[in-house]
Amino acid sequence: MSPKTLYDKIWDAHVTHEADDGTCLLYIDRHLVHEVTSPQAFEGLRMAGRSVRAPDKTIAVPDHNVPTTLDRADATTMTEDSRIQVEALDKNAKEFGVHYYPVSDVRQGIVHIVGPEQGWTLPGMTVVCGDSHTATHGAFGSLAHGIGTSEVEHVLATQTLIQKKSKNMKVEITGKLRPGVTAKDITLSVIGVTGTAGGTGYVIEYCGEAIRDLSMEGRMTVCNMAIEGGARAGIIAPDETTFEYCMGRPHAPKGAQWEAALEWWKTLYSDDDAAWDKVITLKGEDIAPVVTWGTSPEDVLPITAKVPAATDFKGGKIEAAQRSLDYMGLTAGMALTDVEIDTVFIGSCTNGRIEDLRAAAAILKGKKIKDGMRAMIVPGSGLVRAQAEEEGLADIFKDAGFEWRLAGCSMCLAMNPDQLAPGERCAATSNRNFEGRQGRGGRTHLMSPAMAAAAAITGKLTDVRDLM
Amino acid sequence: MNKFTTLSGIAAPMPLINIDTDMIIPKQFLKTIKRSGLGVNLFDEMRYDDDRNEIPDFVLNKPQYRDAQIIVAGDNFGCGSSREHAPWAIADFGITCIIAPSYADIFYSNCFKNGILPIVLPQEQVDALMKDAEKGANARIEIDLENQSITSSDGDVFTFEVDSFKKHCLMNGLDDIGLTMEKAASIDTFEESASQSRPWV
Ligand code: SF4
Repeated sequence: MSPKTLYDKIWDAHVTHEADDGTCLLYIDRHLVHEVTSPQAFEGLRMAGRSVRAPDKTIAVPDHNVPTTLDRADATTMTEDSRIQVEALDKNAKEFGVHYYPVSDVRQGIVHIVGPEQGWTLPGMTVVCGDSHTATHGAFGSLAHGIGTSEVEHVLATQTLIQKKSKNMKVEITGKLRPGVTAKDITLSVIGVTGTAGGTGYVIEYCGEAIRDLSMEGRMTVCNMAIEGGARAGIIAPDETTFEYCMGRPHAPKGAQWEAALEWWKTLYSDDDAAWDKVITLKGEDIAPVVTWGTSPEDVLPITAKVPAATDFKGGKIEAAQRSLDYMGLTAGMALTDVEIDTVFIGSCTNGRIEDLRAAAAILKGKKIKDGMRAMIVPGSGLVRAQAEEEGLADIFKDAGFEWRLAGCSMCLAMNPDQLAPGERCAATSNRNFEGRQGRGGRTHLMSPAMAAAAAITGKLTDVRDLM
Repeated sequence: MNKFTTLSGIAAPMPLINIDTDMIIPKQFLKTIKRSGLGVNLFDEMRYDDDRNEIPDFVLNKPQYRDAQIIVAGDNFGCGSSREHAPWAIADFGITCIIAPSYADIFYSNCFKNGILPIVLPQEQVDALMKDAEKGANARIEIDLENQSITSSDGDVFTFEVDSFKKHCLMNGLDDIGLTMEKAASIDTFEESASQSRPWV
């Protein structure tokens, strides 16, 4: 047998039909659904008189525009159009008989946090969702990617997706990370190297010692942002860390089925002599805590750097960089650590897991946020929130002056009332710093939870290593 | 789905790189449960000021581009989220063809599902068509999907590549689901064998 990459292996195990031109029908093991990108798909099914082919493989949860304030059980806290979307999901989930975690369920949360937490996401699976950050689930050694609403409808109706195979890219992070450096710094640094289009047409496999050393939470953070690097999906080979995380989850296999699954999962790695279309290697020791300065996730620099000038770039990027600098209200040459911020947002499917909250709490313990700072922590799921309360993290956040919210996407994309005002500058642990992403005119700097916590204390972009 | 065969239209130049889906259709317009009606909010934050007045400098607000059917754009067009609201808004505005050096994956495939042809050309050719587009309303660009060619207003001809299956679906306005349903037997067979080999799924 010819050597294969991990991606090749999962792909091959899911091809249900291949046309002469290489177009494949790929079987989908898990389909995750949320309220924003699904109403038109369910409506399409209804109009064509179709049903959901595999409701037991379909999991729905509202997350994007649910309020995260404590009073959200009161439906009037939602705007009319948000309420209509959430109600449509309630209705569709019931009518089509899919698994559902409503707002009132403690297991509700961001779809990419709920899937792994409940054991829906397992190694070797194909996982899709009408959301680009589906890449997150690749951390389990599953092939996971975002799809559009027409494709959501296609998967609902047929449990397959029409696909052509992507190319294989290997991103290796060798050695150890230095103190203060996290999974978020890895994934942002990779995008800094590849650019936001560098991964287009590829599935990225992340490997190397620094990746192996990461927890599942950290691996999810890395894969989550594969899409910001343009890749179709990010993937990490499953190992003991993965199996340990999956074992005992509500929807993970048990007993003999667990053993059978494990036997297959252990074959899921890239063969030594597998062929790669592109390889990128970074040294773990060289990665610093980073922040973004512009309006593209590729605009990333070590926190010790200075704001660049547009003329530091080439081609179309010169104009784009100038536009970014103007939008962000930054002047070339100023130290990043002199940039003052107004708001801190810790949460999202990138960094809303328990480990992220622990990292933030470690910095915030016994400290207060800067006077006048608006700061919120939005756990990724109801269960993350409950665990953080049990571990005493919630008290640390509240004592420091943070708002302690309920689970949802919140200010990651500001579809609910959690938004930035024009010109408001935010240290955010989410994944996109696009113009207007967190609210019209809002300015976003992406960073790790520890860095965001540090910024909350000092009121400026801060090198977390100075506070450790 | 609308068929796409040929198009002769005005092209709006948008040379910016990394035009993301938040620019194409900001999230406040994702709260709809319909596919239609998003055209007025296409590029909303670039197109209107805080008082909802049109910003005259924005390309689609200029008289010569109000009826554009083509966008000529910079690299990595459509990056960001998977929201199909982006191609819905583009199509609803009346644009059915985009020409750029590259696109984000999901956006690219979403276009085909909505009767929009995203054409990939090398940077120099995009630059040439960008110049053409800058001439305004008199510079119509002709697209011929069957022959995979573009003719500029000066008569320059460029050819482009497109996946044969996607081309077939676009030219005939075919719905993917119907096509896949014809292969239901292969899905049944796959499910049966997978229930043996991977029963935990
Ligand atoms: S947290 Fe942000 S990136 Fe993640 S699913 Fe929600 S909106 Fe998308």
